[in-house]
Amino acid sequence: MKGRIIITALVALLIFCAGYTALFVAPDEATMHAIQRIFYFHVASWNAMFCAFFVAFYASVAYLVTGRRKWDALGVSGVEVGVMCCTIGLITGPLWARPVWGIWWTWDAKLTSTFILWLLFIAYLLLRGLVEDPEKKASLSAVFAIFASLDIPLVYLANRLWRTQHPQPVIAGGQGSGLDPTMSKVLLLCLFAIFCVMILVLVDRYRLELLRNEAAEFRYEIESRGLDAADDAATAALQKGGQ
Amino acid sequence: MTTAKSAAIILAKELRLEFRTRELLTATVIFALVVVVLFSFAFDPTAAESRRYGPGLLWIAFLFAGSLMLNPSFAREQNNETLDALRMAPIPGFAILLGKILANFIFMSLAELVLVPVFAVLYNLSLAGIVWRLILVLVLGTLGLTVTGTVFSAISAHARMRELLLPLLLLPLLTPLLIAAVESTASLFAEQPALDRTWLAFLTGFDIVFLTASWLLCDHLLEE
Repeated sequence: MKGRIIITALVALLIFCAGYTALFVAPDEATMHAIQRIFYFHVASWNAMFCAFFVAFYASVAYLVTGRRKWDALGVSGVEVGVMCCTIGLITGPLWARPVWGIWWTWDAKLTSTFILWLLFIAYLLLRGLVEDPEKKASLSAVFAIFASLDIPLVYLANRLWRTQHPQPVIAGGQGSGLDPTMSKVLLLCLFAIFCVMILVLVDRYRLELLRNEAAEFRYEIESRGLDAADDAATAALQKGGQ
Repeated sequence: MTTAKSAAIILAKELRLEFRTRELLTATVIFALVVVVLFSFAFDPTAAESRRYGPGLLWIAFLFAGSLMLNPSFAREQNNETLDALRMAPIPGFAILLGKILANFIFMSLAELVLVPVFAVLYNLSLAGIVWRLILVLVLGTLGLTVTGTVFSAISAHARMRELLLPLLLLPLLTPLLIAAVESTASLFAEQPALDRTWLAFLTGFDIVFLTASWLLCDHLLEE
């Protein structure tokens, strides 16, 4: 417990430093000025999202191979944390795009693919909520997670092929090649900080899932025993009534 | 028994079951027609516009109809727990899935066989000269739809609200297929009909990826 408090405090300090450097230390961008600073969190949340979804994919495969429940717990934690990072990215993106590109959203390959990614993993969470049997829930959602992960490169490829055939009117906001050295240092710090936050949340979510599984097992046991006791009592009462 | 032989038996059983009532096929065709007609109110289709929107509209109607039609594939095995009986049979698990995929593929193709000419008439598109190429695109697209759809039907059969869940799982996953199928159909309906090789290759790739994945994962899908 003490160790976790220390680690949480360290991550909090790290994210504070990252926020401070991104806002005050990093140099002003030539054309976009202050608004460009959202970049440090936007890119960092995408990075964390990919790591989280990779964990989920790996855990799903591992669950199907080994059949151990802890991998299922890791899988659902990875998806939940990944969806969280994806949501942050999807919110910071339009906030940045509106002043810079002049529009909130464009159906560009990256944006569209991410949106589909988000929808797919939301569907994964819905699926888990709708299947009762814990064993079934674990194996079916692992199969779905693998299908969804296989789909992501295809979604991206399809959108790339599609958009290159139809030229885009509005794409001006790509990062120019080559970052200022201070900028790249700040970016690295932010990437690392958000990644640590992601891992921290992921580990906590994983522990929570394990505890939930344990609690569900206990509840099941209590219920089955309780039912037995009630059954016995009912039979005894019936016998008494019969006499 | 070999996978092919047992899959053929499952396929025959699915076909027999469907052709006794034909209710699934009728409902699918009518549903797709309703979608096509509704679209004509949403976008006023002139000849030039239907060339632009037509392929997309046709595939959206197929995808929606498919996501509804594929639902009973495994759900109806739940009523009398017949899936357990199938699982107990001494046949490979993939044979059950493959038989159902093939059956759904046949049902979907039959529905398309009715729908495409009707669609061409309603939206004033000419099928002359592109029939075989169109069939190739339809076969590749429908295969991708039925492979993923049948697998997800096995998933959603165990869930509550399965009728709603299947489209939610299936439709986002099918976006690459939709793009590829629409683009290759559009290039056939263009002024100068041509077969777009890139998109055909993409469709084939999609089918191979998900057919392989279903083959690898089918035991986990059907396990008790």
